[in-house]
Amino acid sequence: MNPKRKKRLYLVLFIVVGVAVAVGLTMYALSQNINLFYSPTQIAQQEAPQGRRIRAGGMVVEGSVQRAAADLDVTFDITDYAHTVRVHYTGILPDLFREGQGIVAQGEIDANGVLQAVEVLAKHDENYMPPEVADALQKAGKMPMPAGQEFNK
Amino acid sequence: MIPELGEYALILALCLSALLGVVPLVGAAVGNALWCSFARPLSVGLFGFVLFSFLCLVWAFISNDFSVSYVAANSNTALPWFYRISAVWGGHEGSLLLWALILSCWILAVALKSDNLPQDMRARVLAVMGLIATGFILFVLFTSSPFERLLPNPPAEGGDLNPLLQDFGLIVHPPMLYMGYVGFSVAFAFAIAALISGRLDSAWARWSRPWTNIAWAFLTLGIVLGSWWAYYELGWGGWWFWDPVENASLMPWLIGTALVHSLAATEKRGVFKSWTVLLAIFAFSLSLLGTFLVRSGVLTSVHAFASDPERGFFILALLGITVGASLLLYAIKASKVKSESSFSLLSRESFLLVNNVLLTVICAMVLLGTLYPLVVDALNLGKLSVGPPYFNALFVPLAILLALMVGVGSQVRWRETSAALLVGQLWLPGLLALVATGLTWMALPEWPGVAAGLGLLLAWWVVFTGMRDLYNRVRNKRERLQAMFGQSRSYYGMMLAHAGIAVLAVGIALVASFSEQSDLRMQPGDRKSFGGYEFVFEGIKPGAGPNYRSDTGVIQVYRDGQLYTTMQPEKRLYTTRGMPMTEAAIDPGLFRDLYVALGEPLGNDAWAVRVQYKPFVRWIWLGGLLMMAGGLLAASDPRYRKQNRRDASVPA
Amino acid sequence: MRRIVLFLPLVLFFGLGFFLWRGLSIDPTELPSARLNQPFPAFQLASLTEPDRLLSAQDLKGQPALVNVWATWCPTCKEEHAFLNQLAARHEVQIFGINYKDDPLKAREWLKRYLNPYTAVILDEQGTLGLDLGVYGAPETYVVDADGVIRYRHVGAVDEKVWGQLKGLLDELRGGGA
Repeated sequence: MNPKRKKRLYLVLFIVVGVAVAVGLTMYALSQNINLFYSPTQIAQQEAPQGRRIRAGGMVVEGSVQRAAADLDVTFDITDYAHTVRVHYTGILPDLFREGQGIVAQGEIDANGVLQAVEVLAKHDENYMPPEVADALQKAGKMPMPAGQEFNK
Repeated sequence: MIPELGEYALILALCLSALLGVVPLVGAAVGNALWCSFARPLSVGLFGFVLFSFLCLVWAFISNDFSVSYVAANSNTALPWFYRISAVWGGHEGSLLLWALILSCWILAVALKSDNLPQDMRARVLAVMGLIATGFILFVLFTSSPFERLLPNPPAEGGDLNPLLQDFGLIVHPPMLYMGYVGFSVAFAFAIAALISGRLDSAWARWSRPWTNIAWAFLTLGIVLGSWWAYYELGWGGWWFWDPVENASLMPWLIGTALVHSLAATEKRGVFKSWTVLLAIFAFSLSLLGTFLVRSGVLTSVHAFASDPERGFFILALLGITVGASLLLYAIKASKVKSESSFSLLSRESFLLVNNVLLTVICAMVLLGTLYPLVVDALNLGKLSVGPPYFNALFVPLAILLALMVGVGSQVRWRETSAALLVGQLWLPGLLALVATGLTWMALPEWPGVAAGLGLLLAWWVVFTGMRDLYNRVRNKRERLQAMFGQSRSYYGMMLAHAGIAVLAVGIALVASFSEQSDLRMQPGDRKSFGGYEFVFEGIKPGAGPNYRSDTGVIQVYRDGQLYTTMQPEKRLYTTRGMPMTEAAIDPGLFRDLYVALGEPLGNDAWAVRVQYKPFVRWIWLGGLLMMAGGLLAASDPRYRKQNRRDASVPA
Repeated sequence: MRRIVLFLPLVLFFGLGFFLWRGLSIDPTELPSARLNQPFPAFQLASLTEPDRLLSAQDLKGQPALVNVWATWCPTCKEEHAFLNQLAARHEVQIFGINYKDDPLKAREWLKRYLNPYTAVILDEQGTLGLDLGVYGAPETYVVDADGVIRYRHVGAVDEKVWGQLKGLLDELRGGGA
């Protein structure tokens, strides 16, 4: 093999190895960081894994939001109208978080079946409900029905 | 009457763009100089009509013409006049018209500034851009006309602009981003014209370089503005979220960055030609893809506009035709392209290639992460989302590698460099970077962690290797100072952009390591010490703006017992849409930001408050601005305006 | 060999394009209604505003109309309500309401407070009509032609933009039928 070709070969090998490593890393990182979506029914039936980051979505049950008196702990229930899951979160809830509104919470299910959320999302500019929530509700075959405490502000 | 004029002007613009897309192209193919010469007047006319059409829409907004459905949906009499103008691109229809306007601006610019191009080349470039304009104006007219009327009963009041968009950042962010997106259509048109004519030579690369640099600079600015906007308007202090819409703007930027570098190699050494063409096609394709992702609503995102499948199909068809046709042309024509020179393993060419591979891999990984949920959903495998850790886990190491290459690449010569020479050049900057990082570390409160430490080291590395390069250029000159200021603009542009990387790296590293954040429950009189400051919550006072009601928190900040400043974060309720908004209070500084945002009321006068201390966060945007300035400076190099003269002493 | 490699980007792009196309057709907000082009399901339910009156599918017939599903527990319905009031005030179209899984007392209070754009409101306290219709949230709006056949279903609030589409359809129904 002449030296010129050899250099070319090195270059090509370098690139191929680099790309292969990158692809491998990408697939690994992807498999570690996808957050699967579960509905309250799936969680209640223990389909969702414990101790792994998941997303759960549903409507916030009216009257279920409880703020702690001293700090920013908050618990509330989310429902797909078939089953209900309790969510615990510490921190500031998003602007569009309201009872009766669809939200998505990200976090892990603990041993008591409570979702320990690290993030709560209420989509901006959403006229309806998060599509994931809509999908879950549709699958559960249940419709929203909570009686409002008062008219929405 | 005025909106109808706008629509007619747009229809005329469509006719002109269709002519522009056909006549010069045919003229160039058959060698008819007269037909080629139509390109310029058609371009000017196209610009004139699109501008007129756009101004008609602006007029409809300023005069509160709610009989126009788009105006009624996005404006309101209570809206201040400047937001009424920015509301023009606050929704789908208007932002597409802005897209078309910016495209015709670029067409005009190419038509006027292309005296040094051969006539057939100019005709082809303008024709390709004319075809793109035809597609987009068709899209506007058929699926998203902003001029549609609500007659016979126009509403008395409009629905207001989305409060998220009522902000200075949103006045300037979309136009800059579009300048970048659409600007890549110039590089794209040059590549297609070169493919058609079969003249993929260094002259072609030299012509496209300044245009690509300018587009890249605008895209950089657009992304910086977007990040800055997200930081203060919706981010609760975050500056990058790996949101699909952000990714959509990052991908063309990454490929555009690769293109800027690859064009250098193509111009200087006549290598990587077919790769450069492919990058030019990809950069514009990804810009179109970004438009598609944002407009079609296939991906849910905080920025996404209302979805409409019909529009999605139209723009997907547009994407399919543009990209499909150009890639087909590429597949047919590129096999005839030959490299003009060879290079060894240790050469600037190799390093530029590695830079390109890294940037492309980063882009591919962002693309995968962005579209993966869509692919899984399309295959009915469930719903999922890809979290930011995925992007961070891949982006950070690859970016570190990239920054390392910046330092080495600038020292390597074209064609061949001996390893000994390279080590001789690099050991001193490397040592200095280590020492400087050590000194920085001592100035910091604690060791920032491996990744951030590496970030600092690389920032210094980029700085010192750059200085070494400059030193090499002047040390043999008699008048060193004069030589230092006598380098070419494209060289200074490169230095500036690379310095931007260093500043950016410092910003990211320090923000990631030393940010402090705390969510608090605060009642009037509560105090909290934080980052050397003491925050005292004084209470809430109600207020009102032109189209909203607000609760303003008053928080006094003390430093060393002295009152330093008063911060007033707001919680607004925009009355027309009934939409709440958080307006953070920020005390900005070059070395740190104080960031306070109000959460929700908790009863008994207590509020949830988020307090943040963000060291060096401004450096992130400062770095981006330096890169932009570098791109513009390089594009302004006089040698691009000279015809047929190659100045070999000018670096990439 | 080299030629084939050059076609690779094109092939990759079309692969990507396929998924984007699929992505469009699984757009989550586009919900096909099983009831499309079917007669409105039969029902016998009381009117919200006149509790003694029984409403049935017969009442919807006669001219093309909108049937709007709403409830006081639905935040978006409130935003939508203002627009429905505008439509009613302009006499653009007859709007029937379905008060869906709601407390009738609150619903009446709501109509008193925020005005009543509806020709008649069907009280669907148990959600039986909603079930027959395939409603799974509020607000939803159906376009029903003069013969009481469902022609269109819109999920989410009706606003200027949506009204533009609905109006086109209604004009078509008025021109062709009745």
